[in-house]
Amino acid sequence: MAGTLAEKVWEAHLVRQGAEGAPDLLYIDLHLVHEVTSPQAFEGLRLAGRPVRRPDLTIATEDHNTPTLDIDLPIADLTSRTQIDTLRNNAAEFGVRIHSLGDADQGIVHQVGPQLGLTMPGLTVVCGDSHTSTHGAFGALAFGIGTSEVEHVLATQTLPLAPFKTMAITVDGELPPGATSKDIILAIIAKIGTGGGQGYVLEYRGEAIRKLSMEARMTICNMSIEAGARAGMIAPDETTFEYLQGRPHAPEGEDWDAAVEYWKTLRSDDDATFDEEVVLRASDLEPFVTWGTNPGQGLPLSANVPVPADIADEGERVSAERALEYMGLEAGMPLRDVKVDTVFIGSCTNGRIEDLRSVAKVLRGRAKAEDVRVLVVPASARVRLQAEAEGLDVIFKEFGAEWRNAGCSMCLGMNPDQLAPGERAASTSNRNFEGRQGKGGRTHLVSPLVAAATAIRGTLSSLSDLDLEGDVDLTTFDGTPLAPLTAPSFV
Amino acid sequence: MEKITTHTGVGVPLRRSNVDTDQIIPAVYLKRVTRTGFEDALFAAWRSDPSFVLNQEAYSSGSVLVAGPDFGTGSSREHAVWALKDYGFRVVLASRFADIFRGNSGKQGLVAGMVAQEDIELLWKILEAKPGTEVTVDLESRTVHADDVTVPFQIDEYTRWRLMEGLDDIGLTLQNEPDITAFEETRAAWRPKTLPAKHLPKVDIEPARPVS
Repeated sequence: MAGTLAEKVWEAHLVRQGAEGAPDLLYIDLHLVHEVTSPQAFEGLRLAGRPVRRPDLTIATEDHNTPTLDIDLPIADLTSRTQIDTLRNNAAEFGVRIHSLGDADQGIVHQVGPQLGLTMPGLTVVCGDSHTSTHGAFGALAFGIGTSEVEHVLATQTLPLAPFKTMAITVDGELPPGATSKDIILAIIAKIGTGGGQGYVLEYRGEAIRKLSMEARMTICNMSIEAGARAGMIAPDETTFEYLQGRPHAPEGEDWDAAVEYWKTLRSDDDATFDEEVVLRASDLEPFVTWGTNPGQGLPLSANVPVPADIADEGERVSAERALEYMGLEAGMPLRDVKVDTVFIGSCTNGRIEDLRSVAKVLRGRAKAEDVRVLVVPASARVRLQAEAEGLDVIFKEFGAEWRNAGCSMCLGMNPDQLAPGERAASTSNRNFEGRQGKGGRTHLVSPLVAAATAIRGTLSSLSDLDLEGDVDLTTFDGTPLAPLTAPSFV
Repeated sequence: MEKITTHTGVGVPLRRSNVDTDQIIPAVYLKRVTRTGFEDALFAAWRSDPSFVLNQEAYSSGSVLVAGPDFGTGSSREHAVWALKDYGFRVVLASRFADIFRGNSGKQGLVAGMVAQEDIELLWKILEAKPGTEVTVDLESRTVHADDVTVPFQIDEYTRWRLMEGLDDIGLTLQNEPDITAFEETRAAWRPKTLPAKHLPKVDIEPARPVS
């Protein structure tokens, strides 16, 4: 029978088929662990006298709570310090590999997996974090789980799971200059809604997706959860294989050949049927920004803030009214007139080397808008090292941005990097919920290019607002891999 | 999870309905990193009241809570069950429970038995007339016995079976351990392992400092 990519990966991991509506038991290839959602899971193992079944399929790092300054000093916040100490002790006790603060492989868990070459096509990947969907960019079935499930995977390396539905999202054509994969996913979420993906595994396909780099694909799959989906996937291809080959944990020799041969079968069959299909034309897209308090409340930057009175659906109208009040925006004002206080460049969505390169290319030789705070936080310590090797940090610092250590940082403000009440940010992260980046903070989700242009002008802007003097090669911003400024990197 | 067929312990009458999970354990206790040690958090707001039932010596070592209808409503926090268990409760009896709380109880080995409200009233009278009276809860016969009274309770068949077998979700999965082992033997060699660890060379990270 013809199958979709997601169904193929599911079937390859069936330990036991659930009888009469009972869940299937699925094998988990890779379990990523961080400090926030794991303590009670390890505690549960300890109470039951159970070991971690497969420490060799488990890896831990510290990201949510870690400070991005003074990482050599004790963590000032006691709750954060306790969570991190607890993870270190649990890793030692249960024999789990850990990359701690100060280690070159520490960083956001969804960057650490790919950069080490642990994330591969055809795997099942889980983590106690909703943005685990990121790893689907490799053609893996990857999803976030709760603490009880973290314990379940630690103890059994399996999960009982109910079946899912499949949705194909086809993005045809070519992205116009200045539009990126972030704009694709923001447009998709605005189209299908924050609940549109509920119960589905999304498969992104089409010409525009095929042309994207791995980093850009990760951005799209990362935000599948913001459409309510269980996971997002992209079929592996030469771009995937090229990214993986030579990474520390990538297969070698005969294993590599066998792997690639199998990976090439990981695509939805031509006659496979999806439960739902959505089509977008990339050429219609332009830089997208959110104006409200959920990721589905987004519009092209050239649009005006919605007028709630014009919204027919009562639920949406009330939600828009409330959002505009919280965001401190006037109905009908041009989005381009929205002035920001802070620009945050980072997170598991857009904190990768390609993101930093594209931002640096825009900022190079330009001046920062006065009174705007710009934070650049690499997704991992290796990304930071690579950026420094390429001199990107110098560009950021000369521009007037703060260059920080790796972590989740202001994406969710569990560490000291937070917005003050009423402070407005253009953020390359993934959630614009009320209070997400700090109590009372206001978030506009944007692409790295929009973030860069906004840092220069002080109001929500895109590259087309800049007086470009020929030193930004726009043709490199269509989502194809940017040529490295130096030798090939492995981040 | 420990097997439980019968349990005998001091009964505690809690004459309140709609005891929600915020009352069972306030949100401020959710920041902890442990799954145990929540006994001090149980009913935190009420515990400062000397007349609260658990502050009376005869009831303080109670392990069978007899509560009013709609116990465990509100937030889904698993901590509510942890706190009851940490305090020493093994059984909660009420005429109605919130679904999520009842589900969480079953996963953690806390018996949530549904008893008709008139029988709850009967139990309350006995426990209040003779503080410290022991209550016996028998999962086999699905009955509650206190003093000279025996009343029935309801619990869904699947949860009852899991409690009597001492099986949590993980325990259930581990019953299929041979299937897991057999599956592991078929995994291809190219699938990654995190150990032994491979990575690029160690490099010292210079801590970032604020720009002064």
